[in-house]
Amino acid sequence: MAETKTGTEAPGGHKEPFPPFNPETFASQLVWLAIAFVALYVLLSRVALPRIAAIFAARSGKVASDLAAAERLKTESEAALEAYEKALADARGKAQGIANTTRAEFAAAADEKKKQLEASLAAKLAEAERQIEATKKAAMANVRDIASDAATEIVKRLTGTAPAKQAIDRAVDAALH
Amino acid sequence: MAADPIHQFQIKNITTLGEIGGVEIAFTNSAAFMLAAVVFTAGGLVLATAGRAMVPGRVQSVAEIIYEFVADMVRQSAGEAGMRFFPLVFTLFSFILVLNMFGMIPGLFTVTSHIVVTAVLALVVFFTVIIYGFYKNGLKFFRLFVPSGIPIYILPLIVFIEVLSFLSRPISHSVRLFANMLAGHITLKVFAGFIVMLSGFGIAGWVGALLPLALTVALTALEFLVAFLQAYVFAILTCIYLNDALHPGH
Repeated sequence: MAETKTGTEAPGGHKEPFPPFNPETFASQLVWLAIAFVALYVLLSRVALPRIAAIFAARSGKVASDLAAAERLKTESEAALEAYEKALADARGKAQGIANTTRAEFAAAADEKKKQLEASLAAKLAEAERQIEATKKAAMANVRDIASDAATEIVKRLTGTAPAKQAIDRAVDAALH
Repeated sequence: MAADPIHQFQIKNITTLGEIGGVEIAFTNSAAFMLAAVVFTAGGLVLATAGRAMVPGRVQSVAEIIYEFVADMVRQSAGEAGMRFFPLVFTLFSFILVLNMFGMIPGLFTVTSHIVVTAVLALVVFFTVIIYGFYKNGLKFFRLFVPSGIPIYILPLIVFIEVLSFLSRPISHSVRLFANMLAGHITLKVFAGFIVMLSGFGIAGWVGALLPLALTVALTALEFLVAFLQAYVFAILTCIYLNDALHPGH
């Protein structure tokens, strides 16, 4: 072929046909095209393309399973959050209850103490009043005695005679009341 | 020799292997690039996915993106039922894309610039459509040529056009790829040849060579686009044709 090629350039020499239309080369091209094309078809359809398809399938499977896992974890975390909120609410309710009972206990105790205190104070007050009353009565009795003594003395001085004790007592009582 | 824009399409024997029915069978530069494309494509995909990483690295991402790209193409054009042809479409797309891209490396041979190669690839699709179409739909596959809602008096004409367009599919399918690769590479070579030619004329030629240089750079970018686009177009047309085999009713 190489030497026939020089023929195309040599003027007046054997004219080589236009290479794509040279039937001498057709058979070789066809044989090798058949070999190459069939080989490529077999290699691609048996090895390369199924492998790429498997990669895609594995990837979409992974994506789907990851999405499912994410969904599952999401529902789990939501359930956990719900449980936590419920526990929080329960604890809050319990704390409220404890606080209420404690407050009631303390209030009852304080009431009790207050009542006792008031009772004792009232007793003391009553005692004091009673004493005052007694003291007042004693004092009044003393005043009466002093008044009747004084009245007896005054009458005696003025009249020279001691008045009757009953008359004096009556007069003093009348004056005192 | 370097300035000849046709030279790059020359098929060179590396070793002659023998004859089949009087026709010489040789291991050629074209064969070497086909096998290189097989090794590069299959080996690349296998190595890129060797880790089977849940979170892909760079190379595995590339493999996955190509896979998804072709899979989406098949699903959108031929529906979920078309996925049974996914390995075929993927093989066609990756084979053509890698061969086109090999062709973009300077000095390397472009396998897809030969009409025999693209014709065989197109015929593989054509016969897959016909065989699977009859296998799956039986005689209902002929409904492909009879669009519904057509008045009876123009129906023969429509059926004729439909059959003709169906039969011409492998031609347009193969020539589109072949012609794009061939024409693009010739154009690149011609413009690149202008640079060498003009720069031989001294300073003025050097200045004049700037225009084809800029064009060559722009064309190279365009050719990369074409290399990808033609692989894509071949694959998407394959999907559209396969859709006819899967769902022949219009």
